[in-house]
Amino acid sequence: MSGLRLDVNFVDYLILAIYFITVLGVGFMARRAIRNSSDFFLSGRSMPAWVTGLAFVSANLGALEIIGMAANGAQYGLMTLHYYWVGAVPAMVFLGIVMMPFYYGSKVRSVPEFLRRRFNRPTHVFNAVSFAVAQVLIAGVNLYALALILQALLGWPLWLSIVIGAAIVLIYITLGGLSSAIYNEVLQFFVILAGLIPITVIGLVKVGGWNGLVEKVQASKIGDAALHTFSNTANTDNPLGANWIGIIFGLGFVLSFGYWTTNFAEVQRALSAKDMSAARRTPIIGAFPKLLIPVVTVIPGLIALVTVQGLGAGEGDLTYNNAIPLLMRDLLPNGVLGVAVTGLVASFMAGMAANVSGFNTVFTYDIWQSYIRKDRPDGYYLRVGRIATVVGVVIGIGTAFIAAGFDNIMNYIQALFSLFNAPLFATFIVGMFWKRMSAWAGFWSLLLGFLASLTLYLGYLGDVFTFNSDLEESFWGAGAAFVTAVVVAVVVSLFTPSKPESELRGLVYGLAGSSTSGETIVAADKVWWRNPVLLGAIAVILAVVLYIPFW
Amino acid sequence: MNRLFDVRAVIGGMFTLYGVIVTVLGLFDSPSEIDKAQGVRINLWMGLAMLVLGLLMLLWLRLNPLPAQEQPAEESADREA
Repeated sequence: MSGLRLDVNFVDYLILAIYFITVLGVGFMARRAIRNSSDFFLSGRSMPAWVTGLAFVSANLGALEIIGMAANGAQYGLMTLHYYWVGAVPAMVFLGIVMMPFYYGSKVRSVPEFLRRRFNRPTHVFNAVSFAVAQVLIAGVNLYALALILQALLGWPLWLSIVIGAAIVLIYITLGGLSSAIYNEVLQFFVILAGLIPITVIGLVKVGGWNGLVEKVQASKIGDAALHTFSNTANTDNPLGANWIGIIFGLGFVLSFGYWTTNFAEVQRALSAKDMSAARRTPIIGAFPKLLIPVVTVIPGLIALVTVQGLGAGEGDLTYNNAIPLLMRDLLPNGVLGVAVTGLVASFMAGMAANVSGFNTVFTYDIWQSYIRKDRPDGYYLRVGRIATVVGVVIGIGTAFIAAGFDNIMNYIQALFSLFNAPLFATFIVGMFWKRMSAWAGFWSLLLGFLASLTLYLGYLGDVFTFNSDLEESFWGAGAAFVTAVVVAVVVSLFTPSKPESELRGLVYGLAGSSTSGETIVAADKVWWRNPVLLGAIAVILAVVLYIPFW
Repeated sequence: MNRLFDVRAVIGGMFTLYGVIVTVLGLFDSPSEIDKAQGVRINLWMGLAMLVLGLLMLLWLRLNPLPAQEQPAEESADREA
């Protein structure tokens, strides 16, 4: 581990300490503004769009994402861009333009609550419980990853990082709820960028600018293929081992739409926006930074590939996952080094806080208030939310220590819970656009879709099915889940009674009711630069245009 | 939720502080530190960039404070926080 140790000094620690103090300060200040449970769980629906938009992208910008995308950049080259331009931007725009009117307009407080109103309680319980469990486990995974990186970089013992990371997230979320999480996410967004930009700048200077990087990558072990995104995707003879159908439909449609449009930890940010227009713009505003984030993740990955001798080892310090930490060690002087360490720590906390704030909301509203203790005063649920936060973080700590005992458990947990997303998207999209879809169709399509992808996943682990890579398995698993969920939704609907239209107002296309057709949308759209459709179109066009130089 | 302070104050304040610290550090960087950064005076440049970001956030807050809607009585306490 000592090979990755950074030469940090007093100033670097000072920068980290200032960050911790600020984050906690935000928690204490946000607490003063909390008077009821809606303030705690949904920020009182008061946030401006630029704040929720940056929080939206920041909640996804966890360190696993940053470190993972830099590692992919080093391993697969520019094909990693697909995770951003095909695999994120279109789905974010779709969420803002098409789905947000249903979410925000129906005034639901969570994604599971939408399922309860559109379908029935069994659908609701299945989704609420699986989401709550997943969030706590993934929070633990984030925590463990944070501890691993701090052990490698700063020499902190694992338990110390786990306890400090958990304590800080715990304090600011318990005090300030979602407002605290969102404000800190916006702050984290800037800190993460301030940490990553110097790596890219100095790295590019070192390799002789963009042209120098191109030449050196062509001479590297992946070669010229690392500089293209779509060429050679007619077959699987490319670094990613995937063809264009898998990329566009598997990654771009099923996986990405499943993740971005139904993951409550993301959608919650938009639900906290101050009005419908701001809610719709939230994911679209988030799409613009998402377009450019590869500059500070994928490019450093390529720089690490050509500057770090022996990168790509199976184990030890020179694994692809260490691309960013190795560049920090080699290139950053004290000062910006402190900012970069702070950025990494911030990104772990962003990921974990998103999980925890999603968990406490679903636990309180969708599990406790719906099934265990109904009809208590609002203050009671505010307390439950705070206690749920503490319990969630404590279980997360437990998961982190369990994860420490198994090598690959983190990957398995992440993969396992991604299985829930693809069928969920199918259930949502059919349910939002087909009013005939029945309550039980919701439940069975969700359950059987999940079982379809679970079967493929377990079969892959147990060598019953073979795929070229984990990635290929995830494409097929998601695809199978999606198709199964759609087919089951249609078939079950034909044999079960559909819900009366009066219960579907605001939840299904064509039955919008007063909430989605209100003047708010029109009024906010008067200014062209606040029009979600226009902004969304610009984001998608940019995503296509950006591909051109890297075809 | 009207009493919630403005996030621009937090970002502005923290980045101004970061900017000052890193810029000062950058002014006194040793040759070995500059060598490590491939000859780029990265502390100086990043320090100034963070300082500018912080000050711009504070300026934006100053020019365009939270709109005084809904609960005007509590609005003044809001801006101070």
